[in-house]
Amino acid sequence: MLSQLGDDAKLLAGGQSLIPLMKLRFANPAHLIDLNFIAGTSYIHNANSALRFGPLTRHAEIENSDIPARIPILYDCAAGIADVQVRNRGTIGGSLAEADPSGDWAVVLSTLATQVRCLGKNGERTVHLKDFIQDAYTTALAHDELVSEVVVDIPAKGSGGAYLAFKRAAPVYPTASAAVQLTMDGNVCKDAAIALGCVGLTAIKAKDAEAALRGRPISERTLSAVAEAARAAADPQSDMRGSADYKRTLVGALVRRAITIAVRRARGEHVEVSHLYA
Amino acid sequence: MKKELIELRVNGRSHEIAIEPSKLLLDALRQDLDLTGSKRGCDDSSCGACTVQVDGTPMLSCTMLAASCEGQEITTVEGVSEHGSLAAIQKAYGDWGGSQCGYCTPGFMMTVRHLLSQNPNPTEAEIRGGLSSNLCRCTGYSQMYQAIKAAIDAEQKGMAASR
Ligand SMILES: Cc1cc2nc3c(=O)[nH]c(=O)nc-3n(C[C@H](O)[C@H](O)[C@H](O)COP(=O)(O)OP(=O)(O)OC[C@H]3O[C@@H](n4cnc5c(N)ncnc54)[C@H](O)[C@@H]3O)c2cc1C
Ligand code: FES
Ligand code: FES
Repeated sequence: MLSQLGDDAKLLAGGQSLIPLMKLRFANPAHLIDLNFIAGTSYIHNANSALRFGPLTRHAEIENSDIPARIPILYDCAAGIADVQVRNRGTIGGSLAEADPSGDWAVVLSTLATQVRCLGKNGERTVHLKDFIQDAYTTALAHDELVSEVVVDIPAKGSGGAYLAFKRAAPVYPTASAAVQLTMDGNVCKDAAIALGCVGLTAIKAKDAEAALRGRPISERTLSAVAEAARAAADPQSDMRGSADYKRTLVGALVRRAITIAVRRARGEHVEVSHLYA
Repeated sequence: MKKELIELRVNGRSHEIAIEPSKLLLDALRQDLDLTGSKRGCDDSSCGACTVQVDGTPMLSCTMLAASCEGQEITTVEGVSEHGSLAAIQKAYGDWGGSQCGYCTPGFMMTVRHLLSQNPNPTEAEIRGGLSSNLCRCTGYSQMYQAIKAAIDAEQKGMAASR
């Protein structure tokens, strides 16, 4: 249908990004293809040590599933997006396809091995998340392709993660956020993935911060070095949510806090977190 | 834009209406079905005054198309009363001052009813968290928390009495 209707057609999933944009006339599609009527597009399957999400799986379905036990960082994300009404409607597929610089899913999923399945008239292809999101509001999707599934590898035992966002109120995007997924060996961090949200045009993979953590014992010194590297990796804009300096400081503090939670979860502790509100 | 015939099920009744496919659910409810309980507060998805339940789940009717809801059961504040009289939570909002100008109240009703159906005995923190999606400019919210606790108490007493 997308290839028949041409450039003027758009897909409608949860509509929690598209409908506000249409109201503002930033989007003005001549045709909407409503994915909500396609059965079997909302699911969470657990197979071959990976979780597979249907494109129309709502944030709230992920929040209320048995995910927290398996991958706590996904729960932190799903349960913290906007408010209950938006979570009941918005979808994981729509969030990745929108590639909003402030969207939560791209940040969290970039700390895990995530693949996006893209379906077009010539069949399905698999794209790594890091290649899928190319720029703000820009993905690897061709005009006549859609996201058909999101596949996330379940982290190995001994791995733990946490996602923290700093928000002014529930129904708004975060001011800054940090996702940390790490593997521990005693008190030493064996492997780490760190991503920063809302401080760049896309989620930022903080490579220097990861390097400052990998192979190091979790100590005050390590945490300071990692936070400093995360601050340096951030590339925030000043806007109504805060100045660039403020966001940079914030993101360092969030990374530090997320690491301490991730470490405890890696040890098998059950730690509940919630986003921080101004 | 050309109108199309769609069928909406609202508060247990089916309605056939001819509307533009781009019409928001909120406008279809208010303009085509004369159900003016649901309110447009902000129109930018942040106040919750337009909240309705779709198959029992609260959603923003200002951020959905009516045409997306074909085949689903929509509940608005008009469908909340029980046997022609106010539901316990509506009465408690009145008694405790949880509603003042009343503009936000229909949205709160839909959110609170869902919260209580999922979690009949929420903690104060759970109530606050559950209501973080709806704005009120009059009450200051504490009266609502009291009203909700009173409604839960009334419900529990009622249940105990009927045992
Ligand atoms: C008040 C408010 C607050 C919010 N706060 C947050 C927040 O804190 N964090 C956050 O992450 N998000 C937030 N959101 C956005 C929300 O998570 C959206 O649901 C999400 O970004 C988009 O998902 P959707 O299903 O609603 O997509 P839609 O709005 O339906 O679609 C978005 C775009 O993606 C395209 N699309 C949708 N599905 C597919 C698909 N399967 N394949 C290809 N293209 C597709 C559409 O054509 C459209 O261009 C907020 C939204 C609102 C209204
Ligand atoms: S009018 Fe829908 S959220 Fe305010
Ligand atoms: S009672 Fe007036 S806005 Fe809530």
